[in-house]
Amino acid sequence: MTEKLEPVVTEWRRVSPKYVVVDLVGTLVFGVVAVAATSLPAVFSHNGYLFAIPAALAVVFLVALILVPRRVRSIGYQLRQDDLLFRRGLMFQRFVSVPYGRMQLVDINRGPLDRAVGLSELRFVTAAAATGVAIPGLVAADAEELRDQLVALAESRRAGL
Amino acid sequence: MSSGAPRAAEPISTGFRLADGQWHRLHPATPLLRGGIAFVAIVGIVLVNLRDVLIQLVLGGPDFGGDPVQWIVDNGFAASALGVVVLGLLLFTTGFYVSWRMHTFRITDELVEVRSGVLFRTNRRGRLDRIQGVNITRPLLARVFGAAKLEVNVAGHDANVQLSYLGSAAADELRREILLLASGTQSAAGAGAAPALAGQSAGDRARVIIEQRTREFFAPELDPDAAPPESVVQMHLGRLIGSIVLSGFTVVILIVIAAVIVAVSITHEFFFLFTFVPGIIGMGSYYVSKFTRSVRYSIAATPDGVRVGYGLLSTSNETLPPGRIHAVQARQPLLWRPAGWWEVTINRAATSRSSGSERQAQTTILPVGNLADARKVLELVLPGIHAESGELLDRGLTSKGGDDGFVNSPPRAVLLRWFSWRRNGFATSGDLVLLRRGFVRRELVIVPLPRVQSLELRQGPLLRRLRLASVRLHTVSGPVDAYLGALDTADATRFFGETGDAAVRAAAADTSHRWRTSSAAAAAQPPVPGTAAAR
Repeated sequence: MTEKLEPVVTEWRRVSPKYVVVDLVGTLVFGVVAVAATSLPAVFSHNGYLFAIPAALAVVFLVALILVPRRVRSIGYQLRQDDLLFRRGLMFQRFVSVPYGRMQLVDINRGPLDRAVGLSELRFVTAAAATGVAIPGLVAADAEELRDQLVALAESRRAGL
Repeated sequence: MSSGAPRAAEPISTGFRLADGQWHRLHPATPLLRGGIAFVAIVGIVLVNLRDVLIQLVLGGPDFGGDPVQWIVDNGFAASALGVVVLGLLLFTTGFYVSWRMHTFRITDELVEVRSGVLFRTNRRGRLDRIQGVNITRPLLARVFGAAKLEVNVAGHDANVQLSYLGSAAADELRREILLLASGTQSAAGAGAAPALAGQSAGDRARVIIEQRTREFFAPELDPDAAPPESVVQMHLGRLIGSIVLSGFTVVILIVIAAVIVAVSITHEFFFLFTFVPGIIGMGSYYVSKFTRSVRYSIAATPDGVRVGYGLLSTSNETLPPGRIHAVQARQPLLWRPAGWWEVTINRAATSRSSGSERQAQTTILPVGNLADARKVLELVLPGIHAESGELLDRGLTSKGGDDGFVNSPPRAVLLRWFSWRRNGFATSGDLVLLRRGFVRRELVIVPLPRVQSLELRQGPLLRRLRLASVRLHTVSGPVDAYLGALDTADATRFFGETGDAAVRAAAADTSHRWRTSSAAAAAQPPVPGTAAAR
């Protein structure tokens, strides 16, 4: 394996380790539902070969579950001079840089699992739908602080579209 | 019906300014043009049916029976039925009239605002400095009435402020004023070219009106502005037909025809031929609509941006102010290569509610043209192109690749870009980023740096093994995707960092949202917003 992509050499701000729990439970629930749904045809048709589909899915989700802690550790962000840099992914690495002046709004989302462990997700919206930057697993107070900070930054560097 | 017929003296030319901050009404024929037509048609059909009954009542004749109208007449309900009809008509007419009365608009120095609705009031405002384009469309029927629809596109999905309908000349005048106000020159020179109708005899006036109507109908794109813009690209009939015939759509059609012929000759079931009939109808309408839309295509530079005209019967004429184009793509499909034709499409922040072909017309800024045409259009929509970057542009369009100012994929990318790895690369020139890709289907994407929303750098397992990465510039959504894959990791990382910094700088220096102040602000004090618009 050759070296990983690393556009900037700095310390990344990581998300809360508690997010591992949220992601684990979320993946598990999704996996169970998906496996159950895909095994329905096999159950009703009494065709044993059809069980191959849910079995394959189960393996995929199992691998995904094992990788969850590392995947969560791979999520990082950092506030630079002029933009917010966001990264995520292990196998499929993705880096996005969003200039502060481009942020149109900042959302805070809290799902039921997030609320249970006191986390929030911060989502940035620019004029481009493809930007799609969401930082999950922030401690609720941090998320609000970060939001206010980002909104202030965006306001001070406001540019047109 | 009398509901919305235009009166003879409706304002064709505007002696007064529409953009004066006062509330104005729309063209009196508006209800008729906006769907009243259907109502009139229904009434017409009913009347035609009634005529038979009336003839029969007066002259006598065979009684067919079973007809509800006949039944009403036979049972002596004629009077009350007539009353109901008249009442209905009256209600409709008043309804249309009231809705027309309540539908008002105003244009201040800051915004354009429309109020409409009788029971459910809606109020829509668009800020002038966020204008993405001003579009004047003239559907065929509206052209007969000398009316036009003015659409002010504000950034956002379906965020258009629509003024439908206005008098044709008034729409042109209003567009000029809106663009002038939006451009940042606050002193909108009020006196437009307004031929005074007052003080003429009634006969003269009617003649003038008829002449003007005729002129508008035959030359709907004529602008009352001092210098009417000259189209820089001429659409050739043969080229247009050729480009439509040589499209991917035609290839699909040919395959389907071949499949049908084979199926018929094998099975001897001529039934298959009939399955193709709807296909032929659809194909014909596709070709015809594409042809009529593009045949009177024109593009020209005006002081307030690029003006693109489309349409033969229903015309549309759109002005894109500077800095409203978020990404440009020149594309050459394989079938067009022998003829050397190009198509130019753009991304823009405002998307209209209309979908499909009309949407395509809004984003296709050159339906087909040769290399020179494509260059002219690119230079028009991207003011940042200089002589030096012009050469870069040429190489971006036609070069086979190699060491020509572009940073291209390394040879190991041949695994992923079989033919195009020599050509697959990026270059920057001033405020423009050029992404070149495709060997079979040549594509050149140009993104102005001040319009970049965010940047992305990606690498999957396969790319990592090959020490490659891909980059993407995020712009507002549209047909152009500023994506470049299979770059050397180091190149991609450098591109990500440098372009990100350059985009921030360019965005901070950009003043195109008030495009005329950029030249005037140096001399004069910039206008203070909010003082003039106070009401």
